[in-house]
Amino acid sequence: MKRIKNFFKTFLLFELLKGMAITGRYLFKPKITVHFPEEKTPQSPRFRGLHALRRYPNGEERCIACKLCEAVCPAMAITIDSELRADGTRRTTRYDIDLAKCIFCGFCEESCPVDSIVETRILEYHGEKRGDLIYTKEMLLAIGDRYEEQIAKDREADARYR
Amino acid sequence: MEYFQQQFINLFGMEWGAMLFAFASNMIFILAIVIPLLLGVAYLTFAERKIIAYMQIRVGPNRVTFFGIPWLRGWGQPIADAVKAIMKEIVIPTGANKFLFVLAPVLTIMPALAAWAVIPFSPEMVLADINAGLLYILAMTSMGIYGIIIAGWASNSKYAFLGAMRSAAQVVSYELAMGFALVCVLMMSQSLNLGDIVNGQQGDSLLNWYLIPLFPMFLVYLISGVAETNRAPFDVAEGESEIVAGFHVDYSGMAFTVFFLAEYSNMILVATLTSIMFLGGWLPPIDMTPFTWIPGFIWLLLKIAFILFLFLWFRATFPRYRYDQIMRLGWKVFIPITLVWIILLGTIMQLPDSARNSFPLNIWF
Repeated sequence: MKRIKNFFKTFLLFELLKGMAITGRYLFKPKITVHFPEEKTPQSPRFRGLHALRRYPNGEERCIACKLCEAVCPAMAITIDSELRADGTRRTTRYDIDLAKCIFCGFCEESCPVDSIVETRILEYHGEKRGDLIYTKEMLLAIGDRYEEQIAKDREADARYR
Repeated sequence: MEYFQQQFINLFGMEWGAMLFAFASNMIFILAIVIPLLLGVAYLTFAERKIIAYMQIRVGPNRVTFFGIPWLRGWGQPIADAVKAIMKEIVIPTGANKFLFVLAPVLTIMPALAAWAVIPFSPEMVLADINAGLLYILAMTSMGIYGIIIAGWASNSKYAFLGAMRSAAQVVSYELAMGFALVCVLMMSQSLNLGDIVNGQQGDSLLNWYLIPLFPMFLVYLISGVAETNRAPFDVAEGESEIVAGFHVDYSGMAFTVFFLAEYSNMILVATLTSIMFLGGWLPPIDMTPFTWIPGFIWLLLKIAFILFLFLWFRATFPRYRYDQIMRLGWKVFIPITLVWIILLGTIMQLPDSARNSFPLNIWF
C-alpha cells in the first residue's frame, strides 16, 4: 500500500510541485539585500577598520613611541623609529602600517597605553599601486584629525567594558 | 513586396532580378528572425539572473543602466556582459585540435539558429513553410549534439571529454522520449507542418489545445526539452560542482559566448515548439472579441515567455539529478509512458465514429 501511494506521489510529480510552490512563494517575498553604497549595515563602536593616530585636545600627538604595538602585532605590519625630541620627550619619527600585511586583529589599539593608535569605522579605502597601502605617520595622523569626533564617541561608548 | 520585386527585375533583368530579389528578401527575413532572437537570448540571461535571484530573496543585477536612467537599473547588464565577452581573448589550449576546437561552437550555434526557419509566428509569418517541418526541427535539434561532442574531444581535457560523453548519452536518450511525444502530436494533427499543427488546435477555447488530451505528453516533452538543452536539473553535462563546466571548460571569450548563445536559443526554441505543439501557437486562449484583438504573434510570445519562466523556475527549485537517475527517468519512465499513450491514442482514433463524436472526445477528434 505504501509503495503504491509512493508510486502515485512520484508519478504525479507531487513533491516537485510542492518544491516549486515554495520557490514560487519566495519570488514575491520582500528582498533582504542591503543595497551597499546607498544602504549600509549598522556598525559596532568596536568596529576594526582603517587605523588612525590620535592627538590630545591641545594638539600634541598621543604616541610616546613605546613600541608595544610594534611588538604585539602578529603580522608585523607596524614599523616604528623614535628619537628624543628637544623638549625631552620620546616621539616617533616614523610610524608605518603596512595595510597589506595587517589582519585587523585590534591588538595594537588594545596594547596602546595612551589610546594613540586606534582602528576606526572606515572600511572603504583602496590602493591602486604597490605601496599605496603603506600608511605613514602623517597619513595616520590626518585620518585621526579628520575623524576624531567619531573616534572619541566610539571610545566613550566602549569605555565601560574596557 | 511586388513593387520591390518589379524594381529588382527592372534593375537586373528578368532572371537575375527574380533570383536576387528572392535572395535579398530571404536575407531580410532571416535577419528579422535572428536579431530579435539574439536580443531575446541576451535578455533571457538577464531574466534568468533576476528571477533566480528573486526566488533566493536577492535582487540580482541592478547596477548597469542605459544612460543612467534610474528605472532601467540592471537592464544594461546583458549588453555589458556581451561587450566584456567580445573583449576577451580566445585561448586555444596547446594540446587541442585547433580546427575542431574552433569549429565546435559554430556547429553548436548553426542548428540552433537554423531550426527557426520553419517556426510559424503567426498564420502568415513563417520563413519556410515546408511540409516536413517537424522532421526538420528534430533533425536540427539533434545536430546540436555534434558541436558538444566535438568541443569535448577537441579540448583534449578529461573534464571536457567527460562532459561531452555525458551530454551525448543524455541527449540521445531524451531524444527518443521527445520523438515519441511528438508522434502523439502528429497522430492528433495528421500533419508534419507546424502551421497545420497549430490550425488543428483551432476551436472555441483552450480546451481544444493538445495540452488537454496529451497532458502527459506535454510533461514528457517539456521535461525532455529541459534535458535536451542541458538545463538544470539535467545539467550534468556542465555540472559546475563536479566537472567544472563540462564540454566548454577550455573555451573563453567569444567562443564560450557562442556556446552560451546556442544553449539559450535552444531553450527559446524548445519553449516555442512546446507552445506551438501543445499550447496552440498563435491561437488566443478563448476565441472571443477581447482576446482576438491581440495579434497571434503576441499570444505566441506570451506562451513562449511562460514556458521560459517555467525553465527558470525549475532551475531555481530542483537540485541536479544523479547521472543514473537521469538515465532511469529517460529509459524506464518516459519511454513506457509515451508508448502507452501512443497505443491509447491509436485505440481512440480507431473507435467507431459514433463513439468519437460523443461528448468529451468530440472536442479533439
